[in-house]
Amino acid sequence: MANTTAFDQVPSGKKPTPFITWQRFVVYSVLGVCALFFLLPLYIMVITSLKSIQEIQGGNIFVPTMSPSFDAWEKAWNSACTGLYCEGIKVGFWNSVKITGPSTVVSIAVASVTGYSLANWPFKMSEFYFTVLLLGSFIPYVVMLYPLVIITRWMGIYSTLPAVVFVHTIFGLPILTLLFRNYFASLPQELFKAARVDGAGYWGIFFRVFVPMSVPIFTVAVILQITGIWNDFLFGVIYAGPTNYPMTVQLNNIVNSAMGGKAYNVDMAATILTGLVPLTIYFVSGKYFVRGIAAGAVKG
Amino acid sequence: MDRPNPFFRNKWSKAASLPMMLIVWVVFVCGTIWTVLFSFTNIKILPLFTPQQWMDGFVGFANYTRLFKTDRWMSCPGITKILTEDWEFKCAGALPNMVTYAVFSIVISVSLGFLLAVMMDQKIRAEGVFRTIYLYPFALSFVVTGHVWAWIMSPEYGLQHSIRQLGWESFTFDWIADRQMVMYAIVIAGIWQGTGFVMALMLAGLRGIDEDIWKAAKVDGIPAWRTYLQIVLPMMKPVLVTTFVIVTSGAVRIYDLVVATTDGGPGISSDVPSRYIYQNFSANLGQSLAASTVLLVTMAIVLIPWIRMEFGKKSQA
Repeated sequence: MANTTAFDQVPSGKKPTPFITWQRFVVYSVLGVCALFFLLPLYIMVITSLKSIQEIQGGNIFVPTMSPSFDAWEKAWNSACTGLYCEGIKVGFWNSVKITGPSTVVSIAVASVTGYSLANWPFKMSEFYFTVLLLGSFIPYVVMLYPLVIITRWMGIYSTLPAVVFVHTIFGLPILTLLFRNYFASLPQELFKAARVDGAGYWGIFFRVFVPMSVPIFTVAVILQITGIWNDFLFGVIYAGPTNYPMTVQLNNIVNSAMGGKAYNVDMAATILTGLVPLTIYFVSGKYFVRGIAAGAVKG
Repeated sequence: MDRPNPFFRNKWSKAASLPMMLIVWVVFVCGTIWTVLFSFTNIKILPLFTPQQWMDGFVGFANYTRLFKTDRWMSCPGITKILTEDWEFKCAGALPNMVTYAVFSIVISVSLGFLLAVMMDQKIRAEGVFRTIYLYPFALSFVVTGHVWAWIMSPEYGLQHSIRQLGWESFTFDWIADRQMVMYAIVIAGIWQGTGFVMALMLAGLRGIDEDIWKAAKVDGIPAWRTYLQIVLPMMKPVLVTTFVIVTSGAVRIYDLVVATTDGGPGISSDVPSRYIYQNFSANLGQSLAASTVLLVTMAIVLIPWIRMEFGKKSQA
């Protein structure tokens, strides 16, 4: 090492390229222009919500306001009208919290155990069930909407909070089961066998061995479910009943109830507020979100 | 005689899978069969499950013939004048709108998504930043997407107004208020939301391609763009099939995006099947169920390439 001279050192890397080649220029231009297209609505949403209605009517949609104010946000949250009453979108926010919390917990509880059964304790026909479950996830929702109305009515929960939780659990099951089954199947089988030799049973292995090892996949599932359920509109509008309408439904009602002219700034503030929860989760979770959405696309 | 009953073998696994089994049988299998069966009846509201009700209400294909005679579902006035000069392949209504949306959103989001993935694959700086920007709309609700784009595209104060204000007086962008163009306005909103997802899938596919392929292509002197189009793209067939099936099944389901962007307007010119079905649940249940069955069949056809890919390889192995 010590006697190598400068002549012995052959450059091993690539030939240095100029700071910017025309290919690079094209690549960054395309990426940049597309990035602008994707960012534009967010920008417009934010600046519109900070304008006064006079500024919106007289001004330009792209130009930010000189006197930003959060009045529209305050109004959207507290007093915007949804058609029947004027209590703002906060009602919808809390309804969405009430729907998303239990739905996330119940659907993940059911799906994680199901995935564990399918991966480690296969029984007769278990693969058949899994196949039907996967195919079922492609059935258009409208096909099962009315049967589910009948079922929830028969259960006596139609138009209540438990009904939406029930429906979200059903439609979250295929993707979540796939996620958990593939994850558990990828864990070393020796672990499972060792635990069995040590006398652990179905639940012992699940809670003491698998769950502690599966924090990443539970994180992915939680992110997937919170964003998915928060963003749902159809199930909320059908099964939750008017008093439990989630935020997306309330947002739609606020924008569509044109009492005394359209208040675009309030509409946009309500829109941002509705998007804020999934956006925050998205920006904080980063890779987990990508893993969640990619999991549905890659069957193991 | 002390052999354990096989029914109780694995009992906890079976017990824990019970919710899944019930959901598969009751909701997915029976629910679907129920919808298909009762689409052949004139049942009005809140039918139950009894075979007697089904037989009493049986009307054969009447709901289907009525459905396809309904202009709101589908009308192709020019298409019957085949072999004459007035012939035109132009349809309006909920079902053709869905097809328009599906075709355009697939073609545009897949080509744009692939282009972006290729660009992202050029060992660029700040890849994470670009990916975050392209993908964030996918985290948003269709309702949010729809309202933002409705505002941007509103002819009154939106893009058109703003560009005219800058001096380009004749600039026109009023697709959202134009009966002929409104579906394309919805396509724009859909692409904004979904392209990042397609890009992420494509990028994963590109990263899964063996490095040696690239070296071989380079040795043979094939330009990079041809390697992408003629070698890498065909190798990504599984990813393409998956993307196609996911994007199409989203298009078949399209509902919230239309409700938020236009609520089916102007008039009913941007109506889509799910909205049609939902609105007819109370007044016209039989037809709603017939329309649902049509969607189900459409989806089954779309699924064929995916099923062949997923289940075909097992039988080969």
